[in-house]
Amino acid sequence: MTAYILAQQLVNGVVLGAIYGLIAVGYTMVYGIMGMINFAHSEIYMLSAYLSTIVLAVLVYWGIQSPLVLILLTLGVAMSMTALYGWVIERLAYRPLRDAPRLAPLISAIGISLILQSYAVLTQGAKTKGIPTFIEGVTRFGDAVNNVQISNIQVLILIIALCSMVALNFIIQHTAFGQACRATQQDRGMAEILGINTDKVISLVFVIGSAMAAVAGLLVTMNYGSFDFNIGFVMGVKAFTAAVLGGIGSLTGAMLGGIILGVSESLFAGLVNSDYKDVFAFSLLVIFLIFRPSGLLGKPEVEKV
Amino acid sequence: MDKSFFSLQEVESSYGRLPVLHKVSLQVQQGEIVTLIGANGAGKTSLLMTIFGNPRATHGHIYWQGKDIAHLPTHHIAGLGIALVPEGRRIFPAMTVAENLAMGGRNSVYASVDLEKILEMFPRLKERFKQRAGTLSGGEQQMLAIGRALMSRPQLLLLDEPSLGLAPLIVKQLFEILEEIAKQGMTIFLVEQNANHALKLADRAYVLVNGQIELSGTGAELLDNPEVKRAYLGSL
Repeated sequence: MTAYILAQQLVNGVVLGAIYGLIAVGYTMVYGIMGMINFAHSEIYMLSAYLSTIVLAVLVYWGIQSPLVLILLTLGVAMSMTALYGWVIERLAYRPLRDAPRLAPLISAIGISLILQSYAVLTQGAKTKGIPTFIEGVTRFGDAVNNVQISNIQVLILIIALCSMVALNFIIQHTAFGQACRATQQDRGMAEILGINTDKVISLVFVIGSAMAAVAGLLVTMNYGSFDFNIGFVMGVKAFTAAVLGGIGSLTGAMLGGIILGVSESLFAGLVNSDYKDVFAFSLLVIFLIFRPSGLLGKPEVEKV
Repeated sequence: MDKSFFSLQEVESSYGRLPVLHKVSLQVQQGEIVTLIGANGAGKTSLLMTIFGNPRATHGHIYWQGKDIAHLPTHHIAGLGIALVPEGRRIFPAMTVAENLAMGGRNSVYASVDLEKILEMFPRLKERFKQRAGTLSGGEQQMLAIGRALMSRPQLLLLDEPSLGLAPLIVKQLFEILEEIAKQGMTIFLVEQNANHALKLADRAYVLVNGQIELSGTGAELLDNPEVKRAYLGSL
């Protein structure tokens, strides 16, 4: 019996963790390259839930039935729209503060975060929105009483999250842009001297991070079916935790941190008490960071001499 | 307008309100080795960084092949055929030797040809091609920084204290390599604290004191100058 619950929670945790990971990637990339925490990132995720819903509604209105086509089209549109949001936010709120003291862009980020929330409330209302489930079906392992279930949506979430992560990893590790990105992260001044337009690199990092948040936004909306203007906050805190847990600045770390956070949260919820799952998750973070302050895969910060 | 290959004319720059260069004028002709010596804090590194627009020149002109480049964005300078081997090497430690070299040649169509030449010149880099650059020794990192700069096939190579922190034997090797590079026709502007080595190598030299050019002449002249001897060459 317990073994089945354990396995079930493990499945749920990995799915949840994959979503944390998708958003954590945005935090970690921006931190890695600018040393700044982009607190507005989670609101991009929130907006993408609205964007996906609107796009889905329009597509269904146009008579598109196939779930796969619906998802891919929605993903495409939502990703490009959030990418645009990310680009504009960087241009307006962060770039002018590039040489300002570190606190300034942080305040700016919190401001943008509030603006985006209010924007969602003003244009879409404060009520919870939802979409009906359009991908059904569950695969069961085990008998009628003791079993582990994986819904088709969960499978889809895992596949899409995995593909996005693999694609992102490929871009960063094996393309000229990825190389420029890593060079900018390690020594921005030197990257400029070698002819890299680091402003452009930073813009693209925001674009990519935002697009990944859109993937998460659509997946969560499909999975839970409902959302409001406030979903960014909790998700942001969790994803940021995942990024820190994995070692902020590290891409693989963000993904790993997401999975660890998701799994430990689900296991605690399933085996002990679901009301205290967040308490457990964050206690875990605190304890972990006491022993490994730079996170799982992070490198200890070396002061430049 | 000055028609020379590369020249600075009355260039001034500052970090915030702190001025670092005062009306610095100097020139480098094609094929020359020119060195700039000076004490710690004289503004040698600032001078090289000003050429790359960081800090930006607040006054004066930087002419490169007849064009004033003082107001170009930093990332445009590399494309003009000027490469820098910066102070402290500034290689990308988490990237491999191969990637570091690729970063240098990213806008060069000759990158693959030049890579082979550079690996021939620095066999140690070939041995450690797939290794992370941060794991290299100081001397190897300096070779990598020079190799990276050469990857863009520059017409002017700027070097900022390449001998800093290296063992005497490695320093000797380093200067041999610079001589070799110069022999192949490279124009070199070398900033050094190691005045003895630098002046022996250089065709001409400048002495920077408190952000101003105090002296200039051929390498041999400055080596014999009593003031230079006293201030920069110690008891040699």
